[in-house]
Amino acid sequence: MMESDDLVRDDLARSEAVAQEARRNARRIELVGTRSRAVEVGRSRLAAAAVMFGIAFLVIAGRLVDITLIEGPAEPRVAHSVASEPTVARADITDRNGVILATSLPTRSLYADPALILDPDNAADRLAAVLPELDPVDLRAKLAKRSRFVWIKRNLTPRQQAAVNALGVPGFAFVREERRVYPHGALTAHVVGFTGVDNRGLAGVERHFDQQLRSGPVTLSLDIRVQHIVRDALSKSVATFQAVGGSALVMDVRTGELLSMVSLPDFDPHEPARASDDQRFNRNTLGVYEMGSTFKVFTAAMALDAGVVPVNGGYDASEPLKVSRFTIRDYHAKNRWLSVPEILLYSSNIGAAKMAMAVGGERQQRFFDSLGLTRPLSVELSEIGNPMTPAKWREINVVTAAYGHGIAVTPLHLAAGVAAVVNGGELHPATLVKHETGVPVPGERVISAETSSLMRAMLRLVVAEGTGRKADAPGYYVGGKTGTAEKSVNGHYARKALISSFVGMFPSDNPRYLVLAMLDEPHGTKETFGYATGGWTAAPVVGEVVSRIGPMLGVVPRETGGEPEQTMLIKVRNDEAAH
Amino acid sequence: MIVVPRTDTSLLGRWWWTVDRWSFGALLLLAGLGAVMVMAASPAVAERIGLDSFFLAKRHLMMLVPATFLMMATSLLAPKGVRRLAVVVFVLATIGMVTTLFVGDEIKGARRWVGIAGFSLQPSEFIRPAFAVVTAWLLALQRVNGVRWGDPAAIGLYALVIGLLILQPDFGMSVAVTGVWVAQYFVAGLPMILVVGFAVAGVAGLGLGYTFLPHVQSRIDRFLDPASGDSYQIDTALSAFRHGGLWGTGPGEGVVKALLPDAHADFIFAVIGEEFGLVVCLLIVGLFAFVVLRGLARLTEENSLFVMLAAAGLLAQFGLQALINIGVALHLLPTKGSTLPFISYGGSSVLALALGMGMLLALSRRQPGGKEVL
Repeated sequence: MMESDDLVRDDLARSEAVAQEARRNARRIELVGTRSRAVEVGRSRLAAAAVMFGIAFLVIAGRLVDITLIEGPAEPRVAHSVASEPTVARADITDRNGVILATSLPTRSLYADPALILDPDNAADRLAAVLPELDPVDLRAKLAKRSRFVWIKRNLTPRQQAAVNALGVPGFAFVREERRVYPHGALTAHVVGFTGVDNRGLAGVERHFDQQLRSGPVTLSLDIRVQHIVRDALSKSVATFQAVGGSALVMDVRTGELLSMVSLPDFDPHEPARASDDQRFNRNTLGVYEMGSTFKVFTAAMALDAGVVPVNGGYDASEPLKVSRFTIRDYHAKNRWLSVPEILLYSSNIGAAKMAMAVGGERQQRFFDSLGLTRPLSVELSEIGNPMTPAKWREINVVTAAYGHGIAVTPLHLAAGVAAVVNGGELHPATLVKHETGVPVPGERVISAETSSLMRAMLRLVVAEGTGRKADAPGYYVGGKTGTAEKSVNGHYARKALISSFVGMFPSDNPRYLVLAMLDEPHGTKETFGYATGGWTAAPVVGEVVSRIGPMLGVVPRETGGEPEQTMLIKVRNDEAAH
Repeated sequence: MIVVPRTDTSLLGRWWWTVDRWSFGALLLLAGLGAVMVMAASPAVAERIGLDSFFLAKRHLMMLVPATFLMMATSLLAPKGVRRLAVVVFVLATIGMVTTLFVGDEIKGARRWVGIAGFSLQPSEFIRPAFAVVTAWLLALQRVNGVRWGDPAAIGLYALVIGLLILQPDFGMSVAVTGVWVAQYFVAGLPMILVVGFAVAGVAGLGLGYTFLPHVQSRIDRFLDPASGDSYQIDTALSAFRHGGLWGTGPGEGVVKALLPDAHADFIFAVIGEEFGLVVCLLIVGLFAFVVLRGLARLTEENSLFVMLAAAGLLAQFGLQALINIGVALHLLPTKGSTLPFISYGGSSVLALALGMGMLLALSRRQPGGKEVL
């Protein structure tokens, strides 16, 4: 029994061992199974990884070939790549007829690598011999520096470059650069502006169109011929009347395009750093002035359009007008009742003030807003002045604004506003960019066509018979308005410092162009009997400009003698009213 | 060439007959080309920073000798030996990285270097090959031996390494380490859904880096829109390739090396493009592709999952580093400081590379009888 028990136990043990062995085997087989499965997956994944790496290396190789052999000069090149073509990065600025106002010339700039210079003193002396404008002492210091790059001189001429190369001194090298050139120099300096040494626009159109000029040329509305005439006439006048400065512009009243814009004194745009602040100052768009009587154009247009007074109506100007603690007088006092045309004709402050009071401050303010007189211009320049308007529009402000005091705007504000009054009643924003024919001109109606027609006639009358006679140009039927304002100096009006201006347009019956001239602190001469007012100083500039640009711009002069119909009508009514 | 008889059963004899001589030769050729390139590019850099002209070139050549020995010595190891070496290096490098956080020299805004006996070592360079092998081991353990903690351990170590890299901070190397780690997981049979998941996470990680690390942000901005910032280096590098053309300007005749701050390291490929031209550039790209693709192809015949994963990781690391460096120089990728393996001047990083490639050669040796490793 004992034996058999043992045997049974042995059997059990053996069978257990066998089972264990079997379990181990099963486990091993299972492991081998998982292992081979894992390895199989790994193989296919490795193949996928190899494909991805292969593609990546092919992309790299393709890009290498692309960069080295295919890709053209579209990408910016470093100046050191000798093979590059001379390309110009900044496009031209032209006038309306394609005349170049600004262009870029490729030039070379000289630098030195002091590490390559064997004898700095000798090299400095020899270089100073061919480029005498360089200071030898300064040069020696530069060439002895422990660096690998020092600028010596920017923008050399080819002749200078050849001279430097001919020295045969090692260590000098050139960087290809470009330089902005303004063929007309100071003539268009304020409009076109200038760029810095790195060719970024710093002023004028150059600055406003800085980005655009990197992709293509800009065509301005300027006409260089007109610009020349305007500058010529204005500078003669500034010299004659010993003015500290002046400004003038010509605008197409139908589109708002500026054919000319001149501010004196001006400067050489190639060397803006040498110009004074006053020279760089654009009086047309940055300077804000109390424009004086030229504002009466707005006052009359406003009153007529609002219907507060008929064109043959008028106001009593026999006595000075008292408003709060101020007394308003007339410069050319008639001391009688004046009709609306007469108020303009004799530039009556009292009449204008009464007209404005009749309209009322609120409507006056709205009207000025609609003419854009109360906000900065949208013209394509960076030099834009902010108009100064009364903080609170009190009665005295209504009165003074009627004749252009207590409100300061730029001459271009005035021009755009007057253009709207005479062109049929639509305000077109002043622009320096050429208007493409066929494209509608942006504009907003500010007065009725009828009022505009009356205003034209009355402005013609001012030139034909009133304060603006010197602005007339035979055959062109110039119409306009004088303005003389005392400059505000330290909060007081200075009697002797005047802003004398004239805003004119021609031909009066169907105006094409507006001409504005303004002199800053002109002095009377013997010929003007000591007068320095707008009628004596600025009006002749406008007259000269009109007679010279008229034929050029295709405005046909008509026989003199007869006045346009509408003017005659007004004149008759005016005479009737006077009697 | 040395003729080693097939019957030679000494250590070197067995090595000669079992090692992947083609890959070994390609790596030596790369290192040789690199020596020439560093000779060409580094004097300009050395002079600029006020060193003797050939200071950097000499250092590089001096470093190549121990590096070659290290690579050969490592390649003599059996897979088990590679695994043990990797574990030891991993532990040491981790300690080193922790140390840099406290006593490291801060260079260019990051604490990555630690000075040892006059050399400044970057422990994170050494952790990369070691980490790849350790990861392979853990992944293989889980899949082959049925160990349950293999994958969790691999993920834990990954988090540790990435954490240390981010603390330095070294965003570029984090991306590289992640790339290799994911590649290994991919080969180990990561389900496709998770592959997609990792891709999404990668993009999200880049997004986070972009949002929270200003220098990463500026680099990516400049890559996408070169006008938004200073793209001087990349413009200069691109013009170098154009200047070089098909055959190059000739050794020493290039000019960009005087303009590029990292001409001997990060932008050495641009110097090669200018001085040696497109042909040599394509040759170098071809050598890298040869090593990576041949290595991957040979692995498909491998029976050991550990060897497969470890070697794939090392190859991915080598290949990605080359692709990233060249991609940056060609403006295919945003600027990222990285060296071109065996070509760039690298100092201690050459040793790390040699270690990694030595491990690769050791793993890819023909195992007599296809003996199981694990």
